[in-house]
Amino acid sequence: MKKRNFLKLKESAIRTFFFTNGVLAIFILIGIFFFLLYTSIPAFKEIDIIEFLTGKNWDPTSPVKEEYGILSMIVSTFMVTLGALVIAVPLGIGVASYLSDVAHWKVRETIKPIIEILAGIPSVVIGFLGIVLFGPAIAKIFGVSHGLNAVNGSILLAIMSLPTIISISEDSLNAVPRAYSEASLALGASRWQNLIRVKIPAALSGIIAAVMLGMGRAIGETMTVLMATGNAPAFPKGFLSSIRTMTANIAIELGEVPYYTTHYYALFAIGLVLFIITFLVNLISDIILHKFQEREL
Amino acid sequence: MKKRIIEFLGFFCLRVCVYLVLAVILFFLYDIGSKGGGAISWEFLSQAPRKGMTEGGIFPAIMGTFLVTVVTAIFAVPMGMFAAIYLNEYAKQTSLTRLIRLAIRNLSGVPSIVYGLFGVILFVNILKFGTSILSAGLTLGLLTLPWTITASEEALKTIPNSFREGALALGATKWQAIRTNVLPYALPGMLTGVVLGLARAAGETAPIMFTGAAFYLPMLPKSLGDQFMALPYHLYVMATQHHAISQVRPLAYGTALVLILLILLMNMAVFILRFRLRRVKKE
Repeated sequence: MKKRNFLKLKESAIRTFFFTNGVLAIFILIGIFFFLLYTSIPAFKEIDIIEFLTGKNWDPTSPVKEEYGILSMIVSTFMVTLGALVIAVPLGIGVASYLSDVAHWKVRETIKPIIEILAGIPSVVIGFLGIVLFGPAIAKIFGVSHGLNAVNGSILLAIMSLPTIISISEDSLNAVPRAYSEASLALGASRWQNLIRVKIPAALSGIIAAVMLGMGRAIGETMTVLMATGNAPAFPKGFLSSIRTMTANIAIELGEVPYYTTHYYALFAIGLVLFIITFLVNLISDIILHKFQEREL
Repeated sequence: MKKRIIEFLGFFCLRVCVYLVLAVILFFLYDIGSKGGGAISWEFLSQAPRKGMTEGGIFPAIMGTFLVTVVTAIFAVPMGMFAAIYLNEYAKQTSLTRLIRLAIRNLSGVPSIVYGLFGVILFVNILKFGTSILSAGLTLGLLTLPWTITASEEALKTIPNSFREGALALGATKWQAIRTNVLPYALPGMLTGVVLGLARAAGETAPIMFTGAAFYLPMLPKSLGDQFMALPYHLYVMATQHHAISQVRPLAYGTALVLILLILLMNMAVFILRFRLRRVKKE
């Protein structure tokens, strides 16, 4: 009897141990938000929050008047993200459709590992290639003095978000019930018509979620944009001008800023804004993806 | 007939997409392989940088990346596996479980530089680890945690329920059933996912920039409290921060190649490991 009680105790102790590890994920997420918020608060004692979000000038080291406006960085971030999506969405959906509907399984099994290699290339290497390969090429094509600008960043971010977009889109295309395709093909549709009019619409929510996840990655990406977009802190004039995103600004200035100054706290405030934006994007894609999965079941 | 032509053109466009993406990837690998291959020599791999990083090798950076990945693994691997065991073996479909899963999915979407900021606040400042291998490793550990949990859970899912039921029917407790009938079979799959996550962590730059990676440090770290050189950060420095960028370009290419090879090697090791463990299981 005693042994039985001991066993019971041991079992519940083990269960509690594993439970603690599981619950930790929630605490880490809340912890990140809380610590960022806590460290940002001193910044907003000095800076008006409206001015912070809508001011175009970021000049925290000015001897005359320090300015903390991050609007140009927010615009820059969304510019490269938009550019990346314009390139990556058609390409990604094209590749995903090819893999799910056209390719022979042998071809598919060779292409997929190659795309996985792309997912494994570190962002700092992609950024390096942006400097040495795409930079000179862009400078030549568009006739500008150097190729470190929003176009370069967009191309690199597109390449980086392709693996995410391709794999999730392909999964959702494969998850379309076979009966749909069988019905449309039996009614005389070609495989192309079946793909465009039946399968892609049926998989649309999964594809949208894939695009949103790719977008989340592009917004939060640091090293590639830091290295390849030129880092000019001015308000962007167009895709051929050098820009500085929120992530790049944190990366550039956090190493040099004196600790516990308004400037230091303001950098964490940018991190907080970044966290909130990516959190919302991921949450929305999550909701879309789950609606889609529930419907499939 | 028109239908056939449209179908042909449509599929042709899809093929163009695929070829374009493959061409970009292969061109990347070719460019780094051909230009980085020339820089790699025994000296490059075994010596410290010299003369303001214009000569010499990248040995401290290789060791730094290795050490920080070990710290990451010690922290993230057990925690990730335990969390996965809870989610797959113990958790019931409650709202708390759903919340845990939501948190994990969201953690994997948090930008790496935000993890870096969090590492600066928590590990460097509050816990007073300073900028060190320990701080950087723990920061990378947090970053890999969601990947480790997801991959481990996928591996646990592949074990059929009959394995658990068999043990339970013979009077085993839940933990005994997991320990003897689930974990031995799920472990190869769990390790695979875990190592893939670590390979991604080894290539990260933004989280370690402010938590411990050093610009130039031509000696090996002596303890967990020391700063260190890391391959990805070293590549960043060589590509953008160095005073003689064109002169050190071959070294930057060499660093990029070593970094990619390191990551591919870890991936290969996973496949070999998986293959061997599978064979052992069959015998």
